[in-house]
Amino acid sequence: MARPAPTARAPRLPWRWERGSAPWWLRLALPVIAILITFALASVLIAASGANPLDVFYELLIRPLTRRTSRLEVLVRATPLLLTGVAVAIAFRAGYYNIGAEGQLYAGALGAAFLGPRLGEWAPSAAVAAMLAGGLVAGAAWALLPAVLKVYAKVDEVVTTLLLNSVMLLLVGGLLNGPWRDPVSGWPRSPTIAAAAEFPQVIARSRVHLGFVVALVLVALFWWVLSRTRFGLELRAVGMGATAARFMGVSVRSTVLVAALLSGGVAGLAGVGEVAGIHHYLIEGISPDYGYTGIIVATFGGLHALGVAVAAGFLALVDVGSTSASRALGIPAYLGQVVQATLLLVTLAVLLLNRYRPARRSRREERA
Amino acid sequence: MTTTPEPVVSLRSVTKRFGALTALADVDLDVRSGEILALLGENGAGKTTLTKIVYGMYQPDEGELRVGGVPVRFRSPADAIASGIGLVSQHFALVPSLTVAENVVLGREGGVLLDRSKIEGAVLATAERYGLDVAPRALVRAMSVGAQQRVEILKALHRDCRLLILDEPTAVLTPQDGERLFTTLDGLRERGLAVIIITHKLREVMRVSQRVVVLRHGRVVGERATAGASQAELARLMIGREQLPVERRARAARPAPGDASGMRRHNPTQPGAPEEHDDLTRPGAPLEPGTGEPARRQPTPLQRPLFQRPLFQRTPLVEARRLTLRDKRGVTLLDDVSFDLYPGELVGVAAVAGNGQSELVSVLTGMTQPSGGEVLLSGQRVSGLPPAQLARLGVGRVPEDRLAAVVGNLSVRENLTLEHIGAFTRAGHLDGRAMAAEADRLIAEYQVKAKPGDLVRTLSGGNIQKIVLARTLSRKPRFVVVAQPTRGLDVGATAYVHERLLEQRDRNAAVLMVSEDLDEVLRLSDRVLVMYGGRIVGDFAADEVDVGRVGLLMAGEGMVAHG
Amino acid sequence: MEFLIVLAAAALRVATPILLAALGEMLAERAGVLNLGIEGTMLLAAFVGFVAAHQSGSLWVGLAAAVATGALMGALMALLSVTLGLNQHVSGLGITLLGGGLALYFFRLLYGGASTPPSLGQSFGQLSVLPGTTLAPLLSQYGLTYFALLLVPVMALVLRRTAFGLRLHASGENPEAVDIAGVNVYRVRYQALVLGGALMGLAGAFLTLAQLGAFTHGVVNGRGWVAIAIVIFGNWRPVRILLGALLFGFVQALQLRLQAEGVALPYEILLALPYLVTILVLALAGRNASYPAALLKPYRREGG
Repeated sequence: MARPAPTARAPRLPWRWERGSAPWWLRLALPVIAILITFALASVLIAASGANPLDVFYELLIRPLTRRTSRLEVLVRATPLLLTGVAVAIAFRAGYYNIGAEGQLYAGALGAAFLGPRLGEWAPSAAVAAMLAGGLVAGAAWALLPAVLKVYAKVDEVVTTLLLNSVMLLLVGGLLNGPWRDPVSGWPRSPTIAAAAEFPQVIARSRVHLGFVVALVLVALFWWVLSRTRFGLELRAVGMGATAARFMGVSVRSTVLVAALLSGGVAGLAGVGEVAGIHHYLIEGISPDYGYTGIIVATFGGLHALGVAVAAGFLALVDVGSTSASRALGIPAYLGQVVQATLLLVTLAVLLLNRYRPARRSRREERA
Repeated sequence: MTTTPEPVVSLRSVTKRFGALTALADVDLDVRSGEILALLGENGAGKTTLTKIVYGMYQPDEGELRVGGVPVRFRSPADAIASGIGLVSQHFALVPSLTVAENVVLGREGGVLLDRSKIEGAVLATAERYGLDVAPRALVRAMSVGAQQRVEILKALHRDCRLLILDEPTAVLTPQDGERLFTTLDGLRERGLAVIIITHKLREVMRVSQRVVVLRHGRVVGERATAGASQAELARLMIGREQLPVERRARAARPAPGDASGMRRHNPTQPGAPEEHDDLTRPGAPLEPGTGEPARRQPTPLQRPLFQRPLFQRTPLVEARRLTLRDKRGVTLLDDVSFDLYPGELVGVAAVAGNGQSELVSVLTGMTQPSGGEVLLSGQRVSGLPPAQLARLGVGRVPEDRLAAVVGNLSVRENLTLEHIGAFTRAGHLDGRAMAAEADRLIAEYQVKAKPGDLVRTLSGGNIQKIVLARTLSRKPRFVVVAQPTRGLDVGATAYVHERLLEQRDRNAAVLMVSEDLDEVLRLSDRVLVMYGGRIVGDFAADEVDVGRVGLLMAGEGMVAHG
Repeated sequence: MEFLIVLAAAALRVATPILLAALGEMLAERAGVLNLGIEGTMLLAAFVGFVAAHQSGSLWVGLAAAVATGALMGALMALLSVTLGLNQHVSGLGITLLGGGLALYFFRLLYGGASTPPSLGQSFGQLSVLPGTTLAPLLSQYGLTYFALLLVPVMALVLRRTAFGLRLHASGENPEAVDIAGVNVYRVRYQALVLGGALMGLAGAFLTLAQLGAFTHGVVNGRGWVAIAIVIFGNWRPVRILLGALLFGFVQALQLRLQAEGVALPYEILLALPYLVTILVLALAGRNASYPAALLKPYRREGG
């Protein structure tokens, strides 16, 4: 049971990585290590474009923070990422691999686009609340089928949630090109939502809307539920050890089901925010992969509330910065996507270190 | 020995340690072609470690392994296979969706292309040469367990093995398949193979082997020609004593230590029977050298009077009625198990691993639904209830794998409270202060060496066990189910756990304890049940326990209807 | 009749990249690795193939470059999921995001200024078999289509009749048995992922070098996800995968045809069919779905 891990090919150093809990300094250092490796790799790409990597990093990470408009734009970009990040983190925490945040986001957007034009007579506060509720329900509804299949038929959720993303994109396309096509312009966009249903700006002269506040509240709620409520404790227990959780009396099925639906609902809110806060109608490209980026946010944020907040902010900064780098230095804005994807893969690899701690070699190494 | 041929494989003074634990100590062993050697021993006697050394999965710390008289050093099973050693373990390494022939040739297909008729012919030839009844084209998935085992044997034979090791081969077989296996093994022996069969069943030893080596606590404690050995003698060697070191019982049953009348009853074998090794070092076996007398070092809580079953009128607290359990393949794991438990009674279940005791615990703790029968607690049916409800009804549960009872990545505080989380919840909100207070109280009361915020996976086994006990026993359950309570614990922690269990009994709870440590069962129990093959085959009041008989029953011999 | 033949010809064309990619994915999954990097692998390979052809002027150089790119992405997936034993879903998605990002980054870098998408000015032509007969339209296909069709029986033979196929199957079902038999499980999984990646690369190359003769952002457009669905629908068997790909191709060809004829039809429903059918198949099979038993499980040899 307590045998040392095989060290057959380990180099003969005076210390080695031992299985166990990483010390706190290592755990805090891991994201920094991941970022450093990511940017080292990105430098190669940037160098290929002929630009100076340091200039690009300045544009990517510093420049957006120097001007008010771009600072606020980071918050705008962070809004859906906070929500999809929380959505993914809820599910992953329960050991449910919801890859469907993208589809659930569009489901929420669909709900908002459906409700929005119908709320003209409503008081703004009621209309906004209805939009949020509608998006929550729509997102959860889209998450329902894979969750039920997982819990009651043991169908792996990865493939089902992933495939439903494609189905949702087709559904949105079908609606926008069919019944919802703008009769005047002929554009594939849904009817504009009522003014009452629009999310108010929370910072004057900016695009930062109510959705940002909602996202922050949800991050806080995520933290509170996870650490302060019975459901949160049960959720963590199920995700970390379903058998032991069951032994201690937790209903694994209902916990996973609720987590999956909450995850879908929160992802749906991200869609509501984009419709009600930014565009005021639904178009096909409303999410540039926010749902998938949510997986990066959640993973890089270590599935912790604060980590998700920081990660969403960082990725939003890279997003805004890559636009700025593109304008200033002619570096394609897709650099942002490359950096984000690399960060995900590097983080996954670096997180392996979390399971180890450095230890001095003993005189006689057991060789299992 | 001088006239016998060179051994196929021999071990010389092999020692293997895992940390502080010595799994094998100074073991010598020879196996020759044309013989079946039985390796007999209880769980933890070192049989599996020995197998893994011979099969190249472990390297010995000291001593050497010789093949055909030449010292070798295996780095992996591949080396062992190349030296002509084959292993049939309990977990078959077969691919169910492939055919027999495909499974057999996997890894040595003999070319890029797979010539089906050729490999099927070759496999069939091997099967026929050794008299194995196997159809090369059959899908493994569709085969019975016994047939799958023959495929495993065929795999080894097809790789030209000269020594075949079978690890508890009958554990998964029906008696008919078992007999068939023995016939096969007889055939292999006649064709000059060397065979080692690892078992704890005496009947099998007598049936199939020519020679038997008994292991106990990592040492060879006896070697006999099977023909000249008696089952009683082998059982005694395997279990390790003819006398019980039960202080508490001694006080109840007889007035003075060493009283001859008290000894007679528990001493079925000859007092002067040869015993190669007395294990004096191991905790829990405090025999005084030479005398076989119990040492006077028992912790005080053991010195209590025995529970006396009421003769009439009181109803039992727990009644198990005809519990049966079958797995997906229809194999019977629990077979008509019934017993009663009274308040204030500690009943121990003695059994060798794999005889249904784990499944019994799984049913009693609400982790498995029985296929038939029921469990009543104060007359109320509790079998089939989910764990949460069992906990609420006052069933305290300590499972055999303590890591399955705690979530390693949660804190000590959370693991101490999750089982009764309702008591720490106000409208869905956790009462952090109450949780902390409870954690502090339990940590202090149960002497857990950890801080409330520590992750449980960073703790030692003893401390994890204390956490499981603390959260379970602090709720004062009426009925306590506890399995392998001290497995892997050190002496101090073991004594502590025993004290706590007896405390439960003393406050009038009913305790059912399953343990593979026979000493533990015999020392703590008011009543001992013996399980074999999923059935209860023996039921003894503690002062009537006959260790020799318990040993035989555990090994599947001398069965009588219980009751 | 002629309509049907034209339709069948179009179906074959549509099915080709799906079939190639699905066969690649099947190899990976058979060995026990779900490669969600498929979409990004196809996009990057399609792009690299296009650039190589564009720069060298040779379609064959482009084809080789695309295949090499796919193989390389497969090797990266193997590094992450086999050697490091990382979560297969997340690392696969990471590869999809990375592959897509890299393709679009370099596309913009190399051809950024152009207002119209650059074209190769050439593409693989269609090979006519039996010209002049009624079947001529059907048998006038790209070479890669014939190759993909040929690959189906070849793959079936590889799986059933070679030592590699046997080891592949066993690695996906019971890697421990493979290890005990003295075969390196990691090596088998690397081979499957690299070979599978090469086929995904070929699928990408088909899109840019044969079908379009150009590269656009949406050139792959979810075909990787369709391939994932087809592999499940095809029960991890080459012939049934061919069947699934042809069905998909037929439905889509029909839809394009009807659209061209001006028939008002919510064609998205038709396009969603492969996904919905796959989910239905999974739901009906439930836990009995014949997933390779070791899929999604990194293999680690236990010390005992």
